[in-house]
Amino acid sequence: METSEEKSATSVKMVDAVTAVVIFLVGALVIWDSWRLGAKWGSDGPEAGYFPFYIGLILCVSSVVNFVGALRDKSDESFVSTSSLKMILSVMIPTIVYVGLIGGVGPIPALGIYVSSALFITLFMKWLGKYKWPITIAVAIGVPVVFFLLFEVWFKVPLPKGPLEAAFGLA
Amino acid sequence: MEEINSLLQGFSVAMTPYNIGLMMVGVILGVLIGVLPGLGGANGVAILLPLTFSMNPTSAIIMLSCIYWGALFGGAITSILFNIPGEPWSVATTFDGYPMAQNGRAGEALTAAFTSSFIGALVAVLMITFTAPLVAKFALKFGPPEYFAVYLLTFCSFVGMSKSAPFKTVAAMMLGFALAAVGLDTVTGQLRLTFGQTELLKGFDFLIAVIGLFGIGEILLTIEEGLAFKGAEAKIKMRVVIDTWKQLPKYWKTSIRSSAIGCWMGITPGGATPASFMGYGVAKSMSPNGKNFGKGEMEGVVAPETAAHAAGTSALLPMLTLGIPGSPTAAVLLGGLLIWGLQPGPLLFQEQKDFVWGLIASMYLGNIAGLIVVLTTVPLFAAILRIPFSIVAPVILVICAIGAYTVHGSMFDVWLMIVFGVIGYIFKKLDYPLAPLVLALVLGDRAEDGFRQSMLMSQGELSIFFSNGLVGTITVFALLMLFWAPMKAGFNKLRGR
Amino acid sequence: MSYNRKMGSRVLKLCTAVAMAVGAMAATAPAMAWEPTKSVEFVVPAGTGGGADQMARFVQGVVTKYNLMKQPLVVVNKGGGAGAEGFLDVKGAKGDPHKIIITLSNLFTTPLATGVPFNWKDLTPVQMMALDQFILWVNAETPYKTAKEYTDAVKAAGAGKMKMGGTGSKQEDQIITVAVEKQSGAKFTYIPYKGGGEVAVQLVGKHVDSTVNNPIEAVEQWRAGKLRALCVFDDVAMPYKTKVTATQSWADVPTCKSQGLNVDYQMLRGIFMAPGVSKDQVEYFVGVLKKVRETPEWKEFMEKGAFNQTALGGDEYVKWVAKEEQRHQSLMAEAGFLAKK
Repeated sequence: METSEEKSATSVKMVDAVTAVVIFLVGALVIWDSWRLGAKWGSDGPEAGYFPFYIGLILCVSSVVNFVGALRDKSDESFVSTSSLKMILSVMIPTIVYVGLIGGVGPIPALGIYVSSALFITLFMKWLGKYKWPITIAVAIGVPVVFFLLFEVWFKVPLPKGPLEAAFGLA
Repeated sequence: MEEINSLLQGFSVAMTPYNIGLMMVGVILGVLIGVLPGLGGANGVAILLPLTFSMNPTSAIIMLSCIYWGALFGGAITSILFNIPGEPWSVATTFDGYPMAQNGRAGEALTAAFTSSFIGALVAVLMITFTAPLVAKFALKFGPPEYFAVYLLTFCSFVGMSKSAPFKTVAAMMLGFALAAVGLDTVTGQLRLTFGQTELLKGFDFLIAVIGLFGIGEILLTIEEGLAFKGAEAKIKMRVVIDTWKQLPKYWKTSIRSSAIGCWMGITPGGATPASFMGYGVAKSMSPNGKNFGKGEMEGVVAPETAAHAAGTSALLPMLTLGIPGSPTAAVLLGGLLIWGLQPGPLLFQEQKDFVWGLIASMYLGNIAGLIVVLTTVPLFAAILRIPFSIVAPVILVICAIGAYTVHGSMFDVWLMIVFGVIGYIFKKLDYPLAPLVLALVLGDRAEDGFRQSMLMSQGELSIFFSNGLVGTITVFALLMLFWAPMKAGFNKLRGR
Repeated sequence: MSYNRKMGSRVLKLCTAVAMAVGAMAATAPAMAWEPTKSVEFVVPAGTGGGADQMARFVQGVVTKYNLMKQPLVVVNKGGGAGAEGFLDVKGAKGDPHKIIITLSNLFTTPLATGVPFNWKDLTPVQMMALDQFILWVNAETPYKTAKEYTDAVKAAGAGKMKMGGTGSKQEDQIITVAVEKQSGAKFTYIPYKGGGEVAVQLVGKHVDSTVNNPIEAVEQWRAGKLRALCVFDDVAMPYKTKVTATQSWADVPTCKSQGLNVDYQMLRGIFMAPGVSKDQVEYFVGVLKKVRETPEWKEFMEKGAFNQTALGGDEYVKWVAKEEQRHQSLMAEAGFLAKK
């Protein structure tokens, strides 16, 4: 790809180092909780925290090595270009809002999975795909309806539902 | 031979048009369950239960077992097309199946996967037909030390084949182990790494991690590369099936190896998921094409699929003879048996001959039916890749969200899936390998349970892992596998000189 | 005017009478009572294949076969965190009448052992279905014929040399093991496994020396002559006289008490609902479960699994559960199984 010519949002070196730090913190957290549980080799084999303790320790050690490796990396290769990052965020943010809409989080109302999916597909096709309205609507309504039949009617798996389904007496 | 007579009798029971119709229905349902991540066998029962009361037990179990075959087949479809494993045992299929699809060879990958599944199952059914009592006895030999040795063998056959930086591999694997440790510790009944969060009590589910790491992660990577699946030119003709079949006989060695691994892992209740990883790992280290694995090698699809299906099939044997379901989907069949008043156990083979042999006959027929059904869908599924990305992507994201939700019926899991998706994307770009992470997540707690149960039994003596011929052999074998790659490299060097 | 007034009051009386009659009819007519409006989730706070799961799936089968509910009953396994996942799920579904849960002893043991915040009082009791028995099993190839012979052998072998297999840690199987140890002075090494069926198979394979499996978990291995039942942990022997093995029926298994091993433990198989549901809604499920218990299939199931058919409802059920909670509290305190505060 031509990413090398575009503006870089962040370098591989940077992300690599940050990832190593995060993994180190995870390792430390694991060590801390394992120590609380008891991480010794008891009279009848290892205690509950024995394995997690060493897992945490190895995590920490290997992330230190990876951190040093990342710092030593001389190249300033791009991890992701600004334009790519924009593309990714233009998908990630709607996806996060979509998941928020399913169950409702903070100010976002709970719409249930079917209505949210319809909105999400519409947005995706219209905004990123630039499709015409008829096909967009067809897919956006069709897919949730198929899933509704499949999950609620056929497989009897209740998925989150919102006010629309309640209005139809389906919730 | 008594078995042949019984089997022929079984065929005459199973071969009615009515039963064959039921097989088709079962297989189609099963494929659907296999394709949609998160839907399990329990849902299959929910639909079928009302239907089965009007049937005789044999017809009913034929239909239920065909769901099982269908699910085994169906798991491969989304793995190959979208890098989303529909079922845990098809994770290893993504390693080469998805690259194949990206290279425009989706049809070949699907055909190879289905055909090798069928072959694996066939080998396992043959084994069940002729050696059932013997095999059941063998399964009884497995206690905690043996289980641990089997898991160790799986790890060892898989580890040491990663091309990533060694410390990144180690970090990824340990992350998998750490995630597997979250939740209740079986041996002491203590809660580990839950930090008082009720959402963490149930631990991290393998499927959610996999949907995120592989499925969402892959979508993010695709977006970055410009919103297109590369498989747009996938052939959508039936010919692709015949063409692929012509290539498959080349991989006979891999098929035999994987069938053996699968049968072995199915009986020793390791199950289909470890079997698929082990099949892939062994093929990679043994095959002359090993170094091309991961880039879209057909052999890399054949190996895990054969092993998974062989294991899935032979796993029914311990269930029937001992009454322990090897997988959630096998539990469905168990549930079915109980409702018709058939209690699986050592006496089932003697007291319910018609039923058992009808079931075994249906294993042959059901798999043939399954193969026909899934092969006819190959062009259809391959054609999905022709749909533009901006239509397919949101639908895949919706399927992922539904899949993550249905595993435990919890929104938390859907958020978790998104987090795993971001992790998958970053790890892939930083060259952290995902396979060891996933393997550690799926086997970590089981291996630890086996180890600690063994330690309780031996009161802390490690020698228990060499205490009898069986466990000793597996342990030694595992250690050999661990050092296979360096040994092979050393050997080649010596020869090169 | 007075006439009119009288007339009015008469009309009023009539109206009240009619209204009352209609009301009474509404109360008795089943069409007017509460009924589920969508599929009902049947939560099993344990994995697939265990005793609770078997019972739940069986109830589901019977309900479907006899069409006892207009909406489907769907079994869902939520066994994470020793069942805490399932209990917390139902506890959190306040006022949701489309969710019922089957319990096992982890209703008491899980909160006590792990400190996870739930209690049976967070749920609405519906109906006790049965009590599950526990039996002391050994491999049929061992020489032990009575509980005494076996515990003596355990003592002779030395502390911790003989292995007792059971389901989970700090749960019913281990509680019974500790009680047996206390009564007999024998000392076991307790090996926890994930499920009851697996435990029985481990005993057949001689990886452990004994188990305290529920009858239904071990019955097939018993029938096949692989296991021997030494005694049942109940005050009275089981009533089922039909031969299960070639020579023995459930009734032939002596009580542990009669063998000098004074341990009495049964496990609740009862149904609860979410908190905050209405009386009508509870009544509906009580009615459905009553019909389930009247089917011939249920009776056969009870006999096959040698259940104690005590099926308390209403206040008696609540009292029983409260008493049992107390008992677990003290049993677990003695065994040192309580979560550290």
